[in-house]
Amino acid sequence: MVEDLLTVTHLKKYYPITGGVLGKVVGQVKAVDDVSFSVKKGETLGLVGESGCGKSTTGRSILRLIEPTEGQVLFEGKDVTKLSKEEMRLMRRDMQIIFQDPFASLNPRHTVRKILEEPLLVHGIGDKKEREKRVDELLEVVGLSSYHASRFPHQFSGGQRQRIGIARALTLNPKLIICDEPVSALDVSVQSQILNLLQDLQRDFGLTYVFIAHDLSVVRHISDRVGVMYLGRIVEMASKDALYEKPLHPYTQALLSAAPNPDPDAKRDRIILQGDLPSPANPPSGCTFRTRCPLVKDICMSARPEFKDAGNGHFVACHLYNE
Amino acid sequence: MAQTVTQTNNVPVKPTQETASSPWRDAWKTLRRNKMALVGFAIILFFILVAVLAPWIAPYAYDEGSLTDRNLAPSAEHWFGTDYNGRDVFSRIVYGAQISLWVGFFSVVGSIIAGTFLGLIAGYYGRWTDTLISRVFDIMLAFPSILLAIAIVAILGPSLQNALMAIAIINIPTYGRLVRAKVLSLKEEEFIMAARAIGMKDSRILLHHILPNSLAPIIVTGTLGIASAIIEAAALGFLGLGAQPPEPEWGKMLADSRQYIQKAPWTVIFPGLSIMLTVLGFNLVGDGLRDALDPRMKN
Repeated sequence: MVEDLLTVTHLKKYYPITGGVLGKVVGQVKAVDDVSFSVKKGETLGLVGESGCGKSTTGRSILRLIEPTEGQVLFEGKDVTKLSKEEMRLMRRDMQIIFQDPFASLNPRHTVRKILEEPLLVHGIGDKKEREKRVDELLEVVGLSSYHASRFPHQFSGGQRQRIGIARALTLNPKLIICDEPVSALDVSVQSQILNLLQDLQRDFGLTYVFIAHDLSVVRHISDRVGVMYLGRIVEMASKDALYEKPLHPYTQALLSAAPNPDPDAKRDRIILQGDLPSPANPPSGCTFRTRCPLVKDICMSARPEFKDAGNGHFVACHLYNE
Repeated sequence: MAQTVTQTNNVPVKPTQETASSPWRDAWKTLRRNKMALVGFAIILFFILVAVLAPWIAPYAYDEGSLTDRNLAPSAEHWFGTDYNGRDVFSRIVYGAQISLWVGFFSVVGSIIAGTFLGLIAGYYGRWTDTLISRVFDIMLAFPSILLAIAIVAILGPSLQNALMAIAIINIPTYGRLVRAKVLSLKEEEFIMAARAIGMKDSRILLHHILPNSLAPIIVTGTLGIASAIIEAAALGFLGLGAQPPEPEWGKMLADSRQYIQKAPWTVIFPGLSIMLTVLGFNLVGDGLRDALDPRMKN
């Protein structure tokens, strides 16, 4: 039995909406609304969902780059949300993040050497020589060369920059890396290179990933388990085979049916969802998906479905499976 | 910057195309191609030289004249003529360059230091610090700046030092707001979040990531600010609140000579021309810098 590296329980992030002259709080945007999951050591957990469903907010709340409103984030048994600023700062050695936009996530005025050296400098690791050696080593690890170190970010292509972003996340030898849509901004051909790199690194360094993306095939390729998010909640979570072969939640079924199929002759049964994504400031009562669900029942309006095991570790939050 | 340079030298650099093009170096290249900016540089350099070499250039002392030689027209002996006290206008203008550049430079440096510090704090920490600092800025900007300067000098007492201080104080909100706005936008950049993600302290984020990235607009505004500070100093001098006689401040010279404008126009023209030229020089360089440092102007 592999132990859990990360356990998230009842994580919530609400943004207040202020209005009026006095700036009173008139409502809340529930970006992340009661999300719970756990990630085992060495595993990759995929998180998929539409834009605005709270995937990135979840990822950033785990690292406290955004302060969560409520909930627990246990990392190696320690509640990260309770740490002081300084304790959190030291904790960051073990938990890192790779950002979506490789153009925005590197300081344009720093050379690659400075960007990669900085984490070591900040945590007081090694002397000047050792740090330099580490930077050269990291560049080799992510498929660049040590002579790239003296260049500036704007002299690289998108894929190369994402490699630099990955190298920076690796600098401190973390245990957990949150990959926040690391390939969404890249060309398809470059995407596969980066995905393979991430998989190689996971094997070589025993990394654990939380992989956030909106591309279903990318998530299927890299994940061991996949969670599907809708309007700030996880609606279904299962091993990737179970989820892709036999999706239970009506939203997952619709989402998977919308994924493009490379075979042009294949018959496709698309489930077309009606209506628009409701506003997270004013989500529907009960099950948030009920307004668009083709299989809606009376109970969906009144009660929020529990997130329960429907057998074999296949979790789903839907009244259809709540007999 | 110095550190970056040494590091670049340590790395075995491929001679072909591997010269690192830092954003600052790129800006310098762009600036060198800008003819008007070079003209501005030349003008500023000229006045700096004049100021530094004043004791050797000036043929006469700035505070000595003979009353028999009052309001003499320009001649070989007195290139710019003499004023109503019989003092050599050329010598006074040469020494005046020291005062104007000194006031312009140090008042701007003062406001930049204070304004940047306050702007960084207001922008980065937000909440009540931001509210407090921003409201103070708003109040200061609600007054016409020269009026505020007059009030400050009135409190401190008229002298060149106090005029410099007043000019520095009234310009703090300009830089403070500029930096605050820049920090607010930079704070949302992913590379700042990345800096927090690797466990960087606030002070390091501010000094190593946010400050260097907000420097460009500060430099541009500062250069243009020297020009307006020189004018403000001249205005205070003109009102008798800045330099005190016999200090050869250009604005003061204008003020004192204006009743002789018909009889001895050179006593007004040359100080006026000097102010205009210096201000023009700083404005040209400022415009050039703005183009060079603006990423949208890159081709």
